[in-house]
Amino acid sequence: MDAALLPPRFQNWFASRGWAPRPHQLQLIDHLENGHSTLLIAPTGAGKTLAGFLPSLVELEQRGKARPGAAGGGIHTLYISPLKALAVDIARNLEAPVTEMDLPVRLETRTGDTPSHKRQRQKVNPPDILLTTPEQIALLLSDPASTRLFASLKTVILDELHALVTSKRGDLLALGLARLRRLAPGLRTIGLSATVARPDDLRAYLVEQPDPDGRALSHIVEVTGGAQPDISILESEERVPWSGHSSRYAIPDVYRQIKHHNVSLLFVNTRSQAEMVFQELWRINDDTLPIALHHGSLDVGQRRKVEAAMAAGSLRAVVATSSLDMGIDWGDIDLVINIGAPKGASRLAQRIGRANHRMDEPSKAVLVPSNRFEVLECQAALAASRRGDQDTPPLRKGALDVLAQHVLGLACADPLDLNAVYEEIRSSETYRTLDWETFERIVDFVATGGYALKSYEQYAKLRKGKDGLWRIAHPKIAQQYRLNVGTIVEAPMLKVRLVRAKADGRRTPVGRGGRVLGEIEEYFIEQMAPGDTFLFGGEVVRFEGLRENEAYVSRTQSDNPMIPSYMGGKFPLSTYLAEGVRSMLATPSSWTALPDQVRDWLEIQRDKSVLPARDGLLVETFPRADKHYMVCYPFEGRLAHQTLGMLLTKRLERLGARPMGFVANDYALSVWGLGDLSELFSSGRISLDALFEQDILGDDLDAWLAESSLMKRTFRNCAIIAGLIERRHPGQEKTGRQVTVSSDLIYDVLRAHEPDHILLKATWKDAAEGLLDISRLGELLARIRGRITHSGLPHVSPLAVPILLEIGKEPVYGEAMDSILAAAAEDLVLEAMK
Amino acid sequence: MSVTASHLRNFSAAPVCHDIQINGQLVGLHDSGVLWWPDESTLVVSDLHMEKGSSFARRGIMLPPYDTGATLEKLAGIMDAFDPARVICLGDSFHDPDGSDRLPAHYRAMLSTLQLGREWIWVTGNHDPVAPVRLCGETVDEVDFGPLCFRHEPVEKIGSTDAEGEICGHLHPAARVRRFGRSIRRPCFVTDGTRLVLPAFGALTGGLNVTHEAYSMIFRRRQFSVFMLGNDRLYPFTASRLVGD
Repeated sequence: MDAALLPPRFQNWFASRGWAPRPHQLQLIDHLENGHSTLLIAPTGAGKTLAGFLPSLVELEQRGKARPGAAGGGIHTLYISPLKALAVDIARNLEAPVTEMDLPVRLETRTGDTPSHKRQRQKVNPPDILLTTPEQIALLLSDPASTRLFASLKTVILDELHALVTSKRGDLLALGLARLRRLAPGLRTIGLSATVARPDDLRAYLVEQPDPDGRALSHIVEVTGGAQPDISILESEERVPWSGHSSRYAIPDVYRQIKHHNVSLLFVNTRSQAEMVFQELWRINDDTLPIALHHGSLDVGQRRKVEAAMAAGSLRAVVATSSLDMGIDWGDIDLVINIGAPKGASRLAQRIGRANHRMDEPSKAVLVPSNRFEVLECQAALAASRRGDQDTPPLRKGALDVLAQHVLGLACADPLDLNAVYEEIRSSETYRTLDWETFERIVDFVATGGYALKSYEQYAKLRKGKDGLWRIAHPKIAQQYRLNVGTIVEAPMLKVRLVRAKADGRRTPVGRGGRVLGEIEEYFIEQMAPGDTFLFGGEVVRFEGLRENEAYVSRTQSDNPMIPSYMGGKFPLSTYLAEGVRSMLATPSSWTALPDQVRDWLEIQRDKSVLPARDGLLVETFPRADKHYMVCYPFEGRLAHQTLGMLLTKRLERLGARPMGFVANDYALSVWGLGDLSELFSSGRISLDALFEQDILGDDLDAWLAESSLMKRTFRNCAIIAGLIERRHPGQEKTGRQVTVSSDLIYDVLRAHEPDHILLKATWKDAAEGLLDISRLGELLARIRGRITHSGLPHVSPLAVPILLEIGKEPVYGEAMDSILAAAAEDLVLEAMK
Repeated sequence: MSVTASHLRNFSAAPVCHDIQINGQLVGLHDSGVLWWPDESTLVVSDLHMEKGSSFARRGIMLPPYDTGATLEKLAGIMDAFDPARVICLGDSFHDPDGSDRLPAHYRAMLSTLQLGREWIWVTGNHDPVAPVRLCGETVDEVDFGPLCFRHEPVEKIGSTDAEGEICGHLHPAARVRRFGRSIRRPCFVTDGTRLVLPAFGALTGGLNVTHEAYSMIFRRRQFSVFMLGNDRLYPFTASRLVGD
């Protein structure tokens, strides 16, 4: 590849900066010139973004300045990023070469924050390059002007593609791309991605799929190399805790690391962990190093301040959740500290990539396991990193609620020819296997709700005309669509407002006013009673009460929050790392890499009980206090374990083992009860093979799910995305609670009267793939068939200690039933009789 | 204490009610959310919100069209069990003023059958301020029987004579209690012995927590009790045991 491919203006520009165009940048220009869509996989710091834009900049330079209103004066290039902040950031960075080379290129951003007059203007007089988000693409495509706007579109650049495709936003974008390809034949796409496990998934995502049975792939340019990151596991003199997620033991060591580096980025898995680490660091921050906190629940203004300070280089460390995982350049971070479990090899690699944005220098990272199992997990992640192994998830199958939203959007732009739309949708990899019947049901759903009882024909949103085309029944429907577009459904959030403490014993109303500290999930507040304390915004606060959509809190002297707020991370342990941990456990020769105390722990386990086999399942039983415990070690992640725990408890109850509760973490699952489980298993009265039989995923699962609050939460998301119920918009909250129809009630009515409804189908699919992790559980049950080892013990084993310690810290699962009411009512009686 | 058979016109097994006194009158609260007044053989049901689904569908929100059916089936079961001589629908029987006009023919027939041989009173509500069309029954804004007064919206005064013996709906009361670190929320009856608020009966009706300030207009702070609807019984709690949402 030759730099002569570049026009002189570009060659001079590179030369003037003392740079040379990199081979992958030139390759990309070449592929695009030949009309090929291309996936670029490159590590951070490889000049990925510039590579993505160069082909367009070159083409636009050769086109010359477009006359306003000239034919073909639509958008030339779309850049789509998962974060609006990233789109804005990239636009700023791109201004430099455009100005310096004096290119005849107009570039603009369009996000939810863009003022409406500017958005309007963009439709009339579009820029050459538009930087935007998937939601904005959906909005533009629902506009009748979209045909004109995108007629001359040549290139679409998809940034952070590996992240985009893992969610429903990726589904929405896949559908948008299919439409763009129809509006602009010959359209080329560029995907920019970090290293992934299955590049072919992304290559297929980028191009039109002509055939439902085979798959077409884009070209690919892969930049290998980059310096091997320098990763180590924190060595601490302190004792590594048996359980818990606080990493409190390591805080002094972490602080020393921060002191010895210029700028450190500390990643944690949850908001509450971020709060805790931040608080603990400041407790020992004798040098008053500028250490900041950044997580998604903090007030936006607060976050922007931290980001600005970071960019200006005035911070020494930021404690952050995944809210900082992606994209934006934070300047010279020279150390990434990952606190807690890495959860996945690729996830860790991407986080570590945030340090040192120069490709040829190694990124430096320290892993801080917060308990003994996490030491094993960190070790497995380290090995994966050395081998360069990846464990990104496979490409999603397109969600049906997103499809419903898209169909309505298309109808807002143009009358629909169903056959053509069906073919268009199936030309995307994500919806390649969509069958006609499902598609028709979705159209029916959009039109009249898709109910077997056809009573809403007169209110239909879509109607078929004499010409066979489907049109929206009223312009209002397009307005409604625009207010509800997008696939991100926030968990209902409450503002956290600081107020003066209520004097105990007095009935004075809580004072109003006070500033807003940030937002918190409604379900978290729901479990709290006034007087409970918890960590928020870096301090311990006391919950005072709820007023409309605000949670009132006051400052408190207390150091120890009463509500343990760790609810587990959002991401379960990846299958790949789980396998690494299992194989490490089963191979004592690999233990030399482990810290002494962890090695001792495993050796005692080997002597006192059994080590879990790599492909089998170890089930331990033992009595403790007046109960009997069963602990098993599937290593399949918290979600799958929770599902399994719920099902096992039900089954054990039927078998007369009188289970009382269970607790699950990423590695193990413990069920306890009154029946002597050792005796029941060893006597064969309960067969372990039968207990873990795959049929547990049948009726038991259905019965449990029907009532599960988890399904109701999932249904709510689907119903909002599919447009069955409307989003809550800012300002509506005041009346919201009384006026909107509760999705739980809709769910109950629908389940009772039309259990086969398409939206229930979509909900089930979402839950199975997401919160329940059914497929992983299924694989587990298949893997361990005939390979279950029972170890009946006189007392708790070393390996079982961590999960047992979590009882009382982690929520114990079960559904809210009448028994709670009955018990609460009994309390009352006891109180009265005292 | 259960309702005795002599209170019923037929002699089938009597539904179990939780008996309380409102303004000196013995009334029974049933776990379906209806009020049974045995002395007058009167059944009171509030906030049916029939045709809520189609009301939303008119605005393009296609809620499941099964709400009226579900509500009427549940009501039919109750009628069968109590066989009341008089039924009072305590307002918001239809979700909007056109609701009774939209009522599909088979539901209209079902409702008319339930009305046969009974005195039927439609109390108007804020959602249905007019008399329902093509249905039997008398429409009133409020009605007194003996010491009890039936209206849709409670009078927003505490301790006034208007509040004495007031049976109302409108608020869709619900309560939440906590136990074992979990909480459970259910529709409920609310009363201070002077007046009584009924839970909403309709299939698609939500609830407003009794700790909401709307209730402070009608009950003295913490001086009321709730009866939460369980699967086959009611669960009584004093206000101090309840938590907000």
